Amino acid sequence: MPVTEYKHHMMGIRRLRLLHLLSIGVLIGVFGSSCGQPPKKPVAPALDVAQPWTDPELDGNQQRSAQLRELTAATTNPAAPAYVITHATIMTATGEVFAPGTLMMHAGAITFVGPDSASPPAPAGAQLFDGTGVVVTPGIIDAHSHIGVYSAPNGRGGNDGNEMTAPVTAQARAEYGYAPNDPQITRALAGGVTTALILPGSANLVGGRGFTVMMRPARIADEAAFPGAPPTIKMACGENPKRVYGDKGGPGTRMGEYAAFRAAFAEASEYERKIKTYSRERAQWLARRDRAAQLNAAWKTKSTAPGIKGEVGPTPPARDVKLETLAAVLRGDVLVQVHCYKAADMAQMLAIADEFGFKIRSFHHALEAYKIRDMLVQRNIAINTWADWWGFKFEAFDGIPENAALFTEQGGRATIHSDSAIGIQRLNQEAAKALRAGRATGVPLTDSDALRWITANPAWVLGIDSVTGTLEVGKRGDVVMWSGSPLSVYSRPLRVFIAGEVAFDRAVGAPLTDFELGNSARDRNPQESSQP
Amino acid sequence: MKLPPVLHALALIGMAASGAPAMAETIAITGATIYQSPTQKLSNATIVMRGGKVVAVGENVAVPTGARVLDGHNRIVTAGLIEAASTLGLVEVDQEGSGNDGRFDSSRMVHAAYRVTDAFDARSTAVPIARSGGITSAIVRPTGGLVAGTAAWLPLDDQAVPRAPLRDDAAMAASLGHQALANGSRGYAIANLRELLDDAATYQRSKAQYERNQSRTLLASRSDLEALVPVLAGKLVLMIRADSEVDIRAALALAKSRKLRIAIEGGAEAWRVAKELAAAKVPVLGDPTLNLPDDLSALDVRDDNLVVLDRAGVDVIISTLGGASNARTLRQLAGIAVSYGLPYSKALAAITSLPAKVFSVGTPTRGTLAVGQAADLVVWSADPLELSSNVTAVFINGVEQSPASHQEKLLQRYRKLQP
Repeated sequence: MPVTEYKHHMMGIRRLRLLHLLSIGVLIGVFGSSCGQPPKKPVAPALDVAQPWTDPELDGNQQRSAQLRELTAATTNPAAPAYVITHATIMTATGEVFAPGTLMMHAGAITFVGPDSASPPAPAGAQLFDGTGVVVTPGIIDAHSHIGVYSAPNGRGGNDGNEMTAPVTAQARAEYGYAPNDPQITRALAGGVTTALILPGSANLVGGRGFTVMMRPARIADEAAFPGAPPTIKMACGENPKRVYGDKGGPGTRMGEYAAFRAAFAEASEYERKIKTYSRERAQWLARRDRAAQLNAAWKTKSTAPGIKGEVGPTPPARDVKLETLAAVLRGDVLVQVHCYKAADMAQMLAIADEFGFKIRSFHHALEAYKIRDMLVQRNIAINTWADWWGFKFEAFDGIPENAALFTEQGGRATIHSDSAIGIQRLNQEAAKALRAGRATGVPLTDSDALRWITANPAWVLGIDSVTGTLEVGKRGDVVMWSGSPLSVYSRPLRVFIAGEVAFDRAVGAPLTDFELGNSARDRNPQESSQP
Repeated sequence: MKLPPVLHALALIGMAASGAPAMAETIAITGATIYQSPTQKLSNATIVMRGGKVVAVGENVAVPTGARVLDGHNRIVTAGLIEAASTLGLVEVDQEGSGNDGRFDSSRMVHAAYRVTDAFDARSTAVPIARSGGITSAIVRPTGGLVAGTAAWLPLDDQAVPRAPLRDDAAMAASLGHQALANGSRGYAIANLRELLDDAATYQRSKAQYERNQSRTLLASRSDLEALVPVLAGKLVLMIRADSEVDIRAALALAKSRKLRIAIEGGAEAWRVAKELAAAKVPVLGDPTLNLPDDLSALDVRDDNLVVLDRAGVDVIISTLGGASNARTLRQLAGIAVSYGLPYSKALAAITSLPAKVFSVGTPTRGTLAVGQAADLVVWSADPLELSSNVTAVFINGVEQSPASHQEKLLQRYRKLQP
C-alpha cells in the first residue's frame, strides 16, 4: 500500500496506529536480544506498516440525502390566523354535511367543524366570514396534472414534462422541471384546487418522480412542495411510449414495452441485491473492526496477544440514481402511479407488479377500469379518470361516462383527474357530470361520493389523506368557499384557503404571476377587466 | 351478436318504428316548459311535430287526434343544440390516420376546394354520442393551412342512408396567426390571404383567359379559386380562426375593404376589439374556458371574454372549437359562460338560434321552435345547461332518435360484471 494512502487512512484511526507502533517496538526488542550471534542468513525485517482497517466509503464524496419533512408538518402553519366561517353548508367529504354549519381554522389546521348549534365561541381576533348561501368543501386535489412542467405560454421554453431521451428515466423528477410561477397555477387555484400531483408526461415507460404541490405560486419549487408528501413515480403503458420510441430504438410495440419494464425491474432487482449484499458485508466488516479494537485495547493492558490484522472494507457499489429510484419502488417506498387506458394494459402492469413484488397505488386515465373493476378493487388499486373524455386516441375508444360511478359502486376509490390546465379549473363540474351519468344508470351515489372523487380519494392516491382531503378537526386548512353547490355549473369559488391561509379571494382576483406583470389583460387593463 | 328469432323480430319492428314511417308520425309533448326561442319561455305548454316540422306550439295547444303523446311535465324542451365549429364525422380517432379527415398541416396553404360533404361520415361513432348531449346538427369544418376548405352544416340523426346536408356550403374555413403558414409568419399569412382573394377575383373576371392558359400564375389551383368565388361575393361566410388582437383587426380590415362576410373563430383577445366587431356585425365563435396565456401573440386572455363581447353587442356563438368526441360538452360550455356573467338567454341562443342565424341563407329553418321550424328538439329532465340534467329524448326532423351508441352498448355489456 502506498504510504500516502496508508497515512490517509491512519488519520482516522489514530489509536490503532499507536498500537501498531508499540508492536514494532516489541519486535525490535526481540531481535536486539540475539545480537551477539552472527546471523546465518540475513533476515528481512518485517514490514513495519500494518494493514489498517480501511473504509472505502470514506474514499467517495460524502453524499447527503435531502432533509425529509414529516407529513405532520403539513398541518402546522404558524403564519395562518384564525378564521371562522359560520352559517354555511359544510360538505366535509367524510359523508357528513353540516347545514347550517361552522368551520374554524387556526395556525394551519381545522380546529372545529360541525353544526352552528354546537360551535364553540370564535377565538378572539378571529376573522369571521358569514357563510350564508355558501357551500364549504375541502380543497380540490388533482391526482394528475402537468402544470408547471408544461407551463404557459405554450412552447419550447416551458416544455419540461417528458424526458424523451430514453424509455426509462426513473432518475428524472417533475420537481426539477416545475415552474413555480406558471400562470396556470393561479387559474387552477381560482377553481378551488389546493393540491395536485404534478407528473412527468407519458412518453416514457418510467417517466420519473412526481411532485406533490400546493397550488399557489412560489419563487422556487421547494416552496410549493406539499410538506412531507411521500414520493411518487409515474409509469406509462400502451400507445404513447411505443409511438415515441418506435423509431428511436424501441419499444415499438406493447410486446416490447412490457419486456422493457421487466428488464428495467430485473436490473433494479440486481442493483437492490448488490446494495443489500454490500450493506450486509459492511455491517460484518464494521462488527469485526469493532471487535478488533476491543481485543487490541485489551491487549494493550495485558501485553499478551499480537495486534489484530486490519481488513479493507467492502467497496460500495456505484450509485445509480435511476436504479435506486426503481429499487425504492421494489421496496415499496414509492407510490406507483401508472398511466394505462385499456383493461388489457392494466392487467399486464399488474402481472409485472406481481412478478417483481411491488404495489401499484393507482391507474391514471384507466378508461376501461369498469371492465375489470372487480380485479382492481380487490387489490385496493385506485383509478384516476375523466368524466367524459374518450375517443381522442384508439386506446381511449371504450371510455364511458359511467366509469367512475361503476368503480365506486364496486367499492373502489375513484378520482376525477384533469390532465389539463383547463380541466383542472373545473374539476367540481367534471365530478358533477360523472355523478349524473352514474345516477342515470342507477348507481346510488350521494353528492358526498362525487365530492370525494376530487378530495378524499385523490388525497389517498397521493398518500396525504391523513392530513388533507376531508374537513375534520386536526386536518390541514385546505378549504374552498363556493358561491353555491360545487356540483352546479353556475357555482364558483369565492375563497380558497391553503394551509389555513387565504390563497385566493374572488373579490380581489387571482394573484398575478411574475409573467403576467405588465403583460396580461388584468394588469394592463385594470378598469376593463374587473372579475365578474 | 346473434339474437334469438323472437328478439330479432322485435329488433326489426323497433327499427321500422324509428325509421322512415316515423316521419309521418304526429308527436305531441305536453305540459312541458318550452323554450320556443331563447327569450320565449312557455310554461305548461305543448308542442306538436308532424312531417319533420313544428306544427303547433303554445300554452293552449290542443293535441291532435292520433298523435303520440309524450308527457312533458317536469321536463324542459329546447331547440336542438348546434355545434358551430365541429369535426364530427371527420375525426373518428384523433391519432389514427384512417379515422381522420380534413385536418391539414400547414405544408400546403390553400385547400379551399376541400368540401366537408365529400368526407363527412354520418355513421361516425361520435355522432350518437354528440346526440346524447343534445346536439342535433353541426357545422363541420376542416382545419389547417391558410384556407382549410368548405364547411357544411349537417344533420346528426341516425342515418341508414346518408341524408342531404342542411347546407353544403355553410362557411369557408380559414385561419390567421403563426400556425397558418409553414413559415410561421402572421404578417405573411395576412398578405397571402389578400393575394389569394385578389387572385380569386382575377380568376372570376377572366375565366376565359385562364382556361386558354393566358393568365399569370395564380396563388391556388382552379378548383380552389372557384371555391373562393362565393366568399368574394359575400355569399359564403369566411370563418377565420384568429386569437390575437392583431389578427382580428387584420381580418376586420380585410372584410371591410372587400365587403366580405366573416366570422371569428377562437377570438381569445376578441374582447379588445369588441366595439369594432359589433359595428361590423362580425360574430365570434368562442369557448369560454380558454383563459390560458398560452400563445405569446395573444396574452390578453380573460375569463369573461364572451361576456364583454356580448355586452358590446357582438353575436356570440359558443362552441367546442373543433370537438368531435367532446361535442356533448357544448351545454356545459354555455353554463360556464353564464357563470361568468353571460345572460342565460344569450347562452342558450349561443348554442341554438344564433349559429342557425349566422350559417343560414335567409330566414333560418331551425334553431328555434317556432311553428314551421324543423322539429329538431331536445327534452331535458331539468335546466339544459346544468350538469345534473339528463337528456330524456332527442328529435331530429321530428323523428325520435335512439339513445344507442358505442358507449351505451358498452355500459349495457358491463353494467353487471359476468363472473
